Amino acid sequence: MKKKSTLAAAAVAALALGLSACGGGGGGGGQASQSAGQGAGAAAQDAFDAANGGKIFNPSTKKGGTLKFANSGDWDSLDPANTYYGYAWNFGRLYWRTLTVFKTAPGGEGNKVVPDLAEDLGKPSDNGKTWTYTLRSGLKFEDGTPITSKDVAYGVERSFDKETYPNGPTYLNELLAWPKDYKGPYKSKGADVSSAIETPDDKTIVFHLKQPFAGFDYLAQMSPTAPVPQAKDTGAKYRDHVVSSGPYKFEGDAPAGKNFALVRNENWDPATDPNRPALPDRIEVQVNVEANDLDNRLINGDIQVDVAGTGLQPASLSKVLPDPALKARADNPTLSRLWYTSIPTTVPPFDNIDCRKAVMYGADLTGYQTAYGGPLSGGDIATNLLPPTIPGHQKIDLYPSEGGKGDIAKAKAALAACGQPNGFETNIAYRAERPKEKATAESLQQSLARVGIKLTLQPYPQGEYFASFAGNPPFVKKNKIGLAVNGWGSDWNDGYGFLQQMVDSRVIRETGGSSNVSVRIPDVDKLIDQANMETDTAKREALWGQIDKRVMEEAVILPGVWAKSLLLRGKGLTNVFISDSQQMYDYVALGVQ
Amino acid sequence: MTVPMDVSGSQTEAAPEAVLEGVGGAKAIQGRSLGQIAWMRLKRDKVAMAGACVVLFLIVVAIVGPFITKALGFDPLTFHQDLIDQSTLAPKGAFGGMSAQHPFGLEPVNGRDIFGRIVAGAWVSLLIAFLATVVSVIIGTVLGVVAGYFGGWVDTLISRAMDVFLAFPLLVFAIALVGVVSQFESELSFKGDGLRIGLLIFVIGFFNWPYIGRIIRGQTLSLREREFVDAARSLGARPLYVVFRELLPNLIAPILVYSTLLIPSNILFEAALSFLGVGIRPPTPTWGGMLSDAVRFYTMPHFALFPGLAIFITVLAFNLFGDGLRDAFDPRAR
Repeated sequence: MKKKSTLAAAAVAALALGLSACGGGGGGGGQASQSAGQGAGAAAQDAFDAANGGKIFNPSTKKGGTLKFANSGDWDSLDPANTYYGYAWNFGRLYWRTLTVFKTAPGGEGNKVVPDLAEDLGKPSDNGKTWTYTLRSGLKFEDGTPITSKDVAYGVERSFDKETYPNGPTYLNELLAWPKDYKGPYKSKGADVSSAIETPDDKTIVFHLKQPFAGFDYLAQMSPTAPVPQAKDTGAKYRDHVVSSGPYKFEGDAPAGKNFALVRNENWDPATDPNRPALPDRIEVQVNVEANDLDNRLINGDIQVDVAGTGLQPASLSKVLPDPALKARADNPTLSRLWYTSIPTTVPPFDNIDCRKAVMYGADLTGYQTAYGGPLSGGDIATNLLPPTIPGHQKIDLYPSEGGKGDIAKAKAALAACGQPNGFETNIAYRAERPKEKATAESLQQSLARVGIKLTLQPYPQGEYFASFAGNPPFVKKNKIGLAVNGWGSDWNDGYGFLQQMVDSRVIRETGGSSNVSVRIPDVDKLIDQANMETDTAKREALWGQIDKRVMEEAVILPGVWAKSLLLRGKGLTNVFISDSQQMYDYVALGVQ
Repeated sequence: MTVPMDVSGSQTEAAPEAVLEGVGGAKAIQGRSLGQIAWMRLKRDKVAMAGACVVLFLIVVAIVGPFITKALGFDPLTFHQDLIDQSTLAPKGAFGGMSAQHPFGLEPVNGRDIFGRIVAGAWVSLLIAFLATVVSVIIGTVLGVVAGYFGGWVDTLISRAMDVFLAFPLLVFAIALVGVVSQFESELSFKGDGLRIGLLIFVIGFFNWPYIGRIIRGQTLSLREREFVDAARSLGARPLYVVFRELLPNLIAPILVYSTLLIPSNILFEAALSFLGVGIRPPTPTWGGMLSDAVRFYTMPHFALFPGLAIFITVLAFNLFGDGLRDAFDPRAR
């Protein structure tokens, strides 16, 4: 797939807000699926990580009650065409259904894509360039009108209009064979889009791609394939009342900045939906709750879920962790996110691989980990790129050191090999608004000074970080940005979703905007193309592992931390678990006592 | 000093002081200059003297402090992550890790010594505040005297310029300017902290001159009508002579007083800019920057307490001293 600026910009925007870009999953690598259900049956006993690692906390099928969510901010939009937050996709499944969906299951099992509106997964033809889905019978909107393939097609068409819906994902915009000059259903009224999407009958939808794409089922689970009845579409105002296709519908309207509630949708037929237990009768959501206040209310039981799912605020950690009773309510999932530092090869002396290796050996990764919040709320020390939640992950430790503190002898040897035995001076860029990145830069400054590499800190505004500063190759070169603090989370859990934007040199644009700051390896580009053509999942995953290793060999990325978050289970929740695809509580499964 | 001193020295307000002093000392009553009288009054103002002592102490700390902390091992940049609890990121031990080695405790996350950082931060805060004040005072005095003495269209022009500067959204401008300049940093010969400090001094100093400028203009307006100025002029003194020999010596008092009052406001402004992240770059410690870091860790009050206290004490000391100085020079304003 060719990545376009909108895609990268949207991903960057999601990153900029410090949230996992999107939920995702990928072909079944489930480290914890066997244990799923083992924690079940036992009485609900609070314990640290009781809902994590494939376990279900307090399993239940009891219906009824009110589930209370709160958000420290507000949704980018409730409209499926216009949202790119992982939590919004997780929560959205309560009121929308898509062609496919991530399985409602704990741990690695939740990484599996299963049919939702469709009867089965997509059927590829024409070498993976055409994908066909058939809808189930008995699907209805909240007003009782049947859901047809035309409603799904219309949902995808309207999501094409990025002027009306700037936030949503753009994979389908880039990948489908849209007619030339197509601008979406509002501006290109009545345009023939059959080159991209066809609906031969009310139950069949056919997608035509520009090039083969083996992982199309992952794209079909994204929010734009949620059906939208054209007659009820009000454009940008549709977000106030999305017409439900899922088990819950909006009670009244839900305009931006206002609290809202979801109630049961009587026209949703559980027989058509094996993925949604739909336990609570009512779901209440408060928005714009001050973040620290939100944590306090979560602790005392006033609300049950922090919908953003990014974890406790730093100030709350010192309250929760020392208290055994509170700590027992915490879960510590691993995220599909890597915090790392780019080492651009365009900035001397980093054009020399030995100077880059000196950084790899010299850096103190425990300091990096502390900067992000330590082993619990920060994450595990990373030795390579692919995080453990992504199938194909393997630990590749090419630059080992005692306890991750750095190997000073080897770093000095590398410096000597590079012809800079006394070290050198360079700059480190980071996003000024992010205290954790500042702490990272300060930590690297300390640890690299041990081997004589002197760093000067260069904070840049995060809004323009990739467009004008660290992601802008001429700027990097001119301002000698030898290191750039960076981070990346996957849109969905497979090698492509995680690595492509990070390591494909063809995403780098001279005008800036790419979050790939440093990886320009021709072999890697070739391997990516090879992986995209490979339909065998196991072989494809092996290829992504190979790419990971190749990047590490070139020492162009200093991996820092495989991120984790520290979530707090609200009081009175049932059926609580974390799936690898959501990396937070699975909101579709939750119930209340 | 010349004529005016003798004039005011012989006036009523000075006489009681001379009498009082003279009684105890059994010395012949003698005339004192305005400066001597002010100093005498200031010495008796205990609050102002306390402020002055604190100010002096702070200046000494700012100049020699970094060497002392280094010698005693309170390095402001060294990490002590072994003293940080890895799960909460808080310093181990009570009161934010306070101990003999770290009297003010440690920063969360990286464990830098707060005492060392406070002392090191004094240098930046005071340097910027002093030099920015010098810039303001020079511009304000020159333009204020010119406007007040020459009057007419010169006065109109300068006064309107002051209005423009006073209406300027300084904070927004400062943020924008620092952002823009750092974009072109690689092309400038002047880089790093030197550039930032220079920029802050320029911004704070250059935009604060109208406050002092207005006061000087007003004083000049009233002074130029006084008899001693007329006398000098009628004896054929040129404008420059009048300004330097007749006006400026009489302006020393207001200049001194308002400089001491401008310094604390400049310290606060520098702290505000550092708090917003447009001041000196990390890891160089500044009080405002430390406060900004502390916001995320509001459950660890020691982290915010010490930089806050440092700013508070410094500003209070300068204000008390400045107030005392004003009273000493001009008791009628009391």
